[in-house]
Amino acid sequence: MQHTLEEFLRALRAAEVLVSPAEAIDAHKAVAQVGYQDRQLLKDALCATLAKGEDEVVRFDRTFDIFFSRPAFTPRRKDSAPPKEQPPLPEAEGSRLVEMLLSDDGSGLSQAMEEAARETRVTDIRLSTQRSRVTRRMLGAMGFDEIEQAINAARGRGDSPGEELAEQLEEGRRTLLAEATRYVGRQQELYAADGGKLSREEVLAKKALDAMDLDAHDIAAMQAMVRKMAKRLAERYSRRRRKAKKGDLDVRRTLQRSMAYGGIPFVPMWKYEKQDRPEIVVICDVSNSVAAAAKFLLTLLYSLNEAVERMDAFAFSSHLISVNDVLKDNTVEQAIVEVLKRIAFQQTNYGQALQDFCDQHLHEVNRHTTVIILGDGRTNFIDPRMDLMQMIQQRSRAVIWLNPEDESRWGSGDSVMHRYARFCHVAKTCNSLGQLERIVEDVLRSYSPH
Amino acid sequence: MTIPAPAGASALAAPLTSVEALVDGLGSVGYIASRRIATALYMAVNLQKPILVEGTAGVGKTELALSTAKLLGLPLIRMQCYEGLDEAKSLYEWKYGKQLLYTQILKDRMGERLADALTMHEAMDRLHGMGDLFYSEPFLEPRPLMQALRHDEGCVLLIDEIDKSDEAFEAFLLEILSAYQVSIPELGTVVAKTPPIVFLTSNNVRDLGDALKRRCLHLHIPLPDAELEQRIVATRVPGIEQSLNEQLVSFVQALRTIDLRKSPSISETVDWARALILLHADSLNADLVHETLNVLLKFEQDIAAVEPQISQLLQPA
Repeated sequence: MQHTLEEFLRALRAAEVLVSPAEAIDAHKAVAQVGYQDRQLLKDALCATLAKGEDEVVRFDRTFDIFFSRPAFTPRRKDSAPPKEQPPLPEAEGSRLVEMLLSDDGSGLSQAMEEAARETRVTDIRLSTQRSRVTRRMLGAMGFDEIEQAINAARGRGDSPGEELAEQLEEGRRTLLAEATRYVGRQQELYAADGGKLSREEVLAKKALDAMDLDAHDIAAMQAMVRKMAKRLAERYSRRRRKAKKGDLDVRRTLQRSMAYGGIPFVPMWKYEKQDRPEIVVICDVSNSVAAAAKFLLTLLYSLNEAVERMDAFAFSSHLISVNDVLKDNTVEQAIVEVLKRIAFQQTNYGQALQDFCDQHLHEVNRHTTVIILGDGRTNFIDPRMDLMQMIQQRSRAVIWLNPEDESRWGSGDSVMHRYARFCHVAKTCNSLGQLERIVEDVLRSYSPH
Repeated sequence: MTIPAPAGASALAAPLTSVEALVDGLGSVGYIASRRIATALYMAVNLQKPILVEGTAGVGKTELALSTAKLLGLPLIRMQCYEGLDEAKSLYEWKYGKQLLYTQILKDRMGERLADALTMHEAMDRLHGMGDLFYSEPFLEPRPLMQALRHDEGCVLLIDEIDKSDEAFEAFLLEILSAYQVSIPELGTVVAKTPPIVFLTSNNVRDLGDALKRRCLHLHIPLPDAELEQRIVATRVPGIEQSLNEQLVSFVQALRTIDLRKSPSISETVDWARALILLHADSLNADLVHETLNVLLKFEQDIAAVEPQISQLLQPA
């Protein structure tokens, strides 16, 4: 039984339920407590010891159900009549498998298959290309060849009961084969399905955000990654930060405190220095030229909004609007749709957008503010209004420009990125999630004490 | 397949002998537990591990700890976590005032006792003989965690909303949670005679550290299905008509399928049921729901979103 549990833990790890050795020990103890008799009890007990989060519980339940389901052999005879007495079969002798097939012994077959699977180590399967080979090996261990012999022998008798018997065996062999294929397939899913996931995430992180070959599944996965990243950032940066000014006595509070001890300053109080919370203004381009990347830029915008206490978000294509309320009131998906519905995919006009920003919101920019601009800097040959850009730079603490295009293309065609870049403290290419994460972290880190 | 009973198991009350008994026992103190909840609790007691309870607000996380304490007849020690909670407020503190007083008394007495000492050496010897009381039990102010460890008959320790505390505090909890002991530099190590049953609750404000999660059993309490919720309402609001119960639970269940900022959880359902009883309602109608919706929904936008749909939501009931 210990072996079974070990295998189950391995299946769990494959399903991304992280199981540490300490938890494995817990699981063993839990099983020792509850035993294997009550399936539901076992499931709940293992769940409590192994799955450590809402999503892990879901994955645990799924894995448990697959893992502890047996190969199911449905009885062939639909009528409930007990199998009629078979005349003694000389062919069946010496072969448990043939006997079980003929007597329709479903549970016996399941058990035999499980034993064979253990013997031939089906659970070591990794790749889907191994399936047929593993299936053959497992069936071999069950004595698949014996069926063949039995069929031949039955046919060899040449009479009609013999023929009937052969038919029956043929059918049994087909179901057995189908069931074995399914069983092996399931094992492969169980142990290997998610094995490749990590590398897949890595690949996605490197993939360009506006690449054309992203399918819906990739996009969903990427958005999930962005959100995960945002949550991590939020944890790290949303807390109130106080740093002790070491050695600086707060006389007033120390004296106050000392009253309780008869005027003796028993508990010294130290001065604190309040740390600035990041104050961020984000301006996001959602026009045609960055259409593909816009979704991710907006996802990032949304995530930042969660991570940072004080943030103003703007989006523009031909003109600029504030999207604070949209981000605040909606879920990520809704917010993106809503923003795109309002202003997306018109002709880019950086000059107008900067003009709008300076007219209405420049007073919000002060020496604590970091301005982040997400966009490709392609102006459609309209006046880029460098003067406004310079003004923003002078007023703000820092200007950071993240451009989905590669640096080599800055300044080509209608791009004036190279000119804007002069007014930015940081101007960087940012076209993959990996880069995005690094940059965002850098931005936020510049505010924290370490 | 039995393992030797853990220390303290002999003290286990009857409700802890099996999961079924635990479900019944919790039911008898007014907590309707699903099997998964009861199993997790059963494992926590038997494996002597803390249990981390997660779920949205109002789903009965804190209530589970309260009911367990009630069921087992153990004292409950509750510690509410918040940002900035530290050792001095959670574990122990020295009674500075008393210590101060003590030194003053000591000073007064010292002259008397040392008056006849002839040499410095002798005076020092006598001083040592007076006992070093300054850092000792009488001056220790135990805070919740310490209190929990010093209950010799065991107790239920509820560490509420651990996700609100700082990461540093979380790390500090690790020693207590894994070994049920703490080290006080001046006194030595305090070990619990009977390990307390520890509940940690979390609203998922932030993800907890892996180290903490690994040391705990995990229980996620989901929103209940209709049948369970009806039983909960029936237990919590005695005297409610069965038909009204069914109606209001199915309305709440329907509400949860709508995308709201804050879906109503069990505590809201119970509050609503109580409100309806106060209004002497025996069945739901659109007007009544309209008037009492603010008990269920806590956001203006949610109420605005639901109001036009009330009669439609009442339909299947």
